[in-house]
Formats: sequence, structure tokens, C-alpha cells
Amino acid sequence: MDFPDIPTTRRALLGALAAGGTAALLPGEAPAQHRAVQTSANIVILGAGAAGTALANRLSARLDGANITVIDPRQRHLYQPGFTLIAAGLKPSGYSVSQTADWLPRGVTWVEAGAAAIDPEAQNVETTDGQTLAYDYLILATGLELNYEGIEGMSRELIGQNGIGSVYAGPEEAAATWREMDRFTEEGGVGLFSRPATGMKCAGAPLKYTFLTDHYLREKGNRSRSEIIYAAHSDTLFGVPIVNEKVRMLYADRGFNTVYNHVMTAIDPGRKVATFATPEGDVEIEYDFTNVIPPMRAPAAIRESGLSWEDRWVGQGWAEVDQYTLRHARYPNVFAAGDVAGVPKGKTAASVKWQVPVVEDQLVAQIVGDTTDHIYSGYTSCPLITRVGRAMLIEFDYNNNLVPSFPGLIAPLEELWISWLIKEVALKATYQAMLRGRA
Amino acid sequence: MENPSLGMFIAVFEEVFGKTLFWAMVAAAAIVTVLYLYVLIRDRSVSWRKFLLAQVSMPFGAVLAVVFLWNVTHSGFGDIGGPVDLLVLLGVAAIGAIGAAILVYTIQSLIQGPDRPPQ
Repeated sequence: MDFPDIPTTRRALLGALAAGGTAALLPGEAPAQHRAVQTSANIVILGAGAAGTALANRLSARLDGANITVIDPRQRHLYQPGFTLIAAGLKPSGYSVSQTADWLPRGVTWVEAGAAAIDPEAQNVETTDGQTLAYDYLILATGLELNYEGIEGMSRELIGQNGIGSVYAGPEEAAATWREMDRFTEEGGVGLFSRPATGMKCAGAPLKYTFLTDHYLREKGNRSRSEIIYAAHSDTLFGVPIVNEKVRMLYADRGFNTVYNHVMTAIDPGRKVATFATPEGDVEIEYDFTNVIPPMRAPAAIRESGLSWEDRWVGQGWAEVDQYTLRHARYPNVFAAGDVAGVPKGKTAASVKWQVPVVEDQLVAQIVGDTTDHIYSGYTSCPLITRVGRAMLIEFDYNNNLVPSFPGLIAPLEELWISWLIKEVALKATYQAMLRGRA
Repeated sequence: MENPSLGMFIAVFEEVFGKTLFWAMVAAAAIVTVLYLYVLIRDRSVSWRKFLLAQVSMPFGAVLAVVFLWNVTHSGFGDIGGPVDLLVLLGVAAIGAIGAAILVYTIQSLIQGPDRPPQ
């Protein structure tokens, strides 16, 4: 890594990439540079993930005198966009792991416990260690729950054995998934890929991992001895129509066998068979390797708080917020950011990057008795890896419009090396700068 | 792209390399640049003899920069997917070449001193 004799070269080339990546994937606001607002408000942030940590940093810089409390039991902070690279054998599991304490600013109180219950009428949060914390403003940034038990026969313990992988579960599980994928691509066979019918984080990830498995099968000369099946949960591969068409063409080009309207309901690790619910009834598909993506939902404390949507995403419990202001529909002193927010798009780190300044500005405006027209457009980004070394830098909004950061330069629907470089080099750095409230 | 600020880019660079390494590299680049300007001013001319060796180092700098980038990003020449990729490749090579030339020229000038005037 160290090239002391060419400092100019190294600095310039990686610097240029970092600069391009910053602008491309996570464009957005400059860090908070407003005058500090005096307040004695009690602000409780549930969750110290991407959104919670970034908001803790931004609000503590923006507000003078506020009492900010972050509630999260996890000592480890996980850079989730890195899981795909770990599960592709390109990074060690430690790549995604840092310490929660390292990101939280001074002056913020960190309660190392989970949220057991939320009472939005009484405006308090009960923690799993028995504390009751009153709030004036509440920010829901809990992330989501991977409901492995929602697939009959599936559990976290199965990941890394008998051809079962699951990229989402965590860095160690992503590494275990790589070991299974590595073994499978050495031997060949049937690779089975799917996604759940629920809202999910990074809807591009199931597609990426299918492409990556195909890449290694080809590299090892075993593609001709293998079959790749992609079971889509609906009649499309991706929610944005223009992207869906591109992915459909790439899947055809790669020779994937795509089936539609298949939702995994059960798995039998002994027989290596997965069962899918389809309009024609249950269908069993055998596999030698599969990347199980479980149904996803809001954590229990959110689902049971009365803060969830009742008539949308039924049973999934996403917070009922306005999709533009991210303010709760019934409790105006409650906001949501990140995966738990019940908005049509935006369960990615790139979305968090755009949501966080909106929540910050909306909240601060409310504190000073003002309003702001700063809203969230639904911006979401997905560096859709199509093989090791190439990706498509796809950015879109609520209207399914492509919103490329470099129109005319980095084509969103082309498999490009530069998009891969952005994913590999610049994104984690941009994410970390975002956590600190500096990007 | 909305309002990217210099501060944001610096924040990202600091995260890429770590704060210490980033600012050490900035300092190193600044020192080499200052030394380069120093020898140009001291000698009051470009030494074409020294520049020849500096030019010879350029292809090595170019190749080194590209190979370094391929290595740290698990990619290679076959991943070029469009015109912009070719521009990035050439840009990286150009930066490597220019960086190597400046470094070699400066080192020679510092070690050897100014060219002797022709006898």
C-alpha cells in the first residue's frame, strides 16, 4: 500500500477517485454550517446506525444546550454496504466493523440498551434495562429486523453450512457466505437466488450477489456446469422500470434462468430444497448454493408502539412518516430516518445521506417555531455490481427518474470500471464522513 | 450534485487514508512541489539534461500508478467498460507520469546541483 516515492501520484489518483465517488454516490448537502440554535429540548434518538449516528453528530453541532440521548445496545457499528464485498471474498469481515463509541460526539448521552417500548402519547421511551426516558422530540433510526424465522426451516445458525449463505445477516455471516459461495463456484451446480416480498434494504443487493456468483463460476471455468436461477418476488427484477429492463437484458446475457412471482416460504437444508409460494401454488426448487434473504420488518418496539403504518406495508411495521418531510403523520414531534422509515424508497446508506439533513432541518425549524421547504426526494443509490471490476452507478428518486450525479459522463445503465472504483474506494470513506456529520 | 464543499472532500480524503497519513501526504506533496520550484528558481533555467532522465521515468510512473490502482481495487484492464473508463485510465497514467517526472527532476537537482555552464 505504501508508495513513499510517488506521493504526488498516489495522493492525486486516489484523491481524484474519492472526490468523484463522493459526488457521485452520496451527493448532498455540505455539512451543517448554521449558527447554533439555543434550546433545552430533550431529543431521543433510537439507534446508533448510519442515520442515528449522523443525526447525533449533526444535531449536537447545530443545537446548543439540547439534551441528546442515543439508545442502542450494540457496541459494534456495522458498515452494511461492505457486506457484499465481504461476501465476494474481496474484504475481510473486519472491513465493516467499527466501534459505536468512536462515532458518537461528546456531549451526547449513549444509553447502551435497546428500546423496549415507546409511548408517543406520554412522550417517553422505555429501555430494555428498565429506564424510562422522556423526550420532546423522538427520532426513530432503529434500522430493521431480519426475520429469518419468516422462512420455515431457516435460522441464522444455518448460514455458512450446506450451501446456505445470507449476505445481510452480518459481517461474519457475509464471510461465511463467501466460504460457501467459493466452494460452490469450485464445484458448480445450481445456484438459487431470490428476494423477499417485503420492503427491504438495498434491493439491488440480491441482484449483485447473483452477478458475483456468476463471475466466479466463469473465472473458475465452471459456468457451463452450473445453472443460475433467480426467483423474483414479483413480475419485475427491480422497482425502477428503466433499471428493471436493463437488468432483464443483463440476466439474459449472462444466461440466468429467471422465474417471476416466486416468494421463498420454506427451506429444507437437509434436502437442499427451497419452497416458493407462486400464483400457481407452492413450487420446490433444488439448490447447491443459495443466498437466503429473509423477510424484513421494523423492530418489535416500533411495530408495537402505534407509530407504524396500519394500511400500508401491513405487518411490516414501518414508521408512518410523510415521505418528503420524514415527520410522523400523527405525532409531529417524531421523525424517522433510515431503514425504519415507511417511505416508498430509500433503505440504503445513500438514502440516509439525503434523509439526515432533511430531518435535521425539519426538526430545528420546529424547535425555533419556523418551517423549512427542505424535503427528501426519495434519492436512493445503488452501485449495482455486475462482476468483480464493473458496476452500474444507479441513482433514482420517488418518481423512478434516474438522477445521475454525472449526466453524460458516468452513464447509469452501463457496466463501468469507474462505478466499481467508486464502490471500492470512495464509498466507505464517504459513509464515515457522513457519520461524523461532515458529508 | 448539490453544494459539494471543499470541507466535505477533505473529510472524505481523511477517511480514505486516515487523518495522519492524509495530511502527511499533503505535506510530502507540498514539500516536493516547493523543492521543485526552489531548484527551478535557484538554477534559473530548466536543465534539459536532467529533464531527459525525468522523461525516462514517466512511463514507469504511469505504469506504477495504474498497476497500483488495479491492485487496491481488485480490477484490471479487462474491466474497461466505456469511454469514461479509458479517460480515467489515461488520467491516472498521466498523473503517475507527471508525478514521477517532477520527483525525479527535483531529486536530481537537489543531489547534483545546477548544471555547469558549458566550458
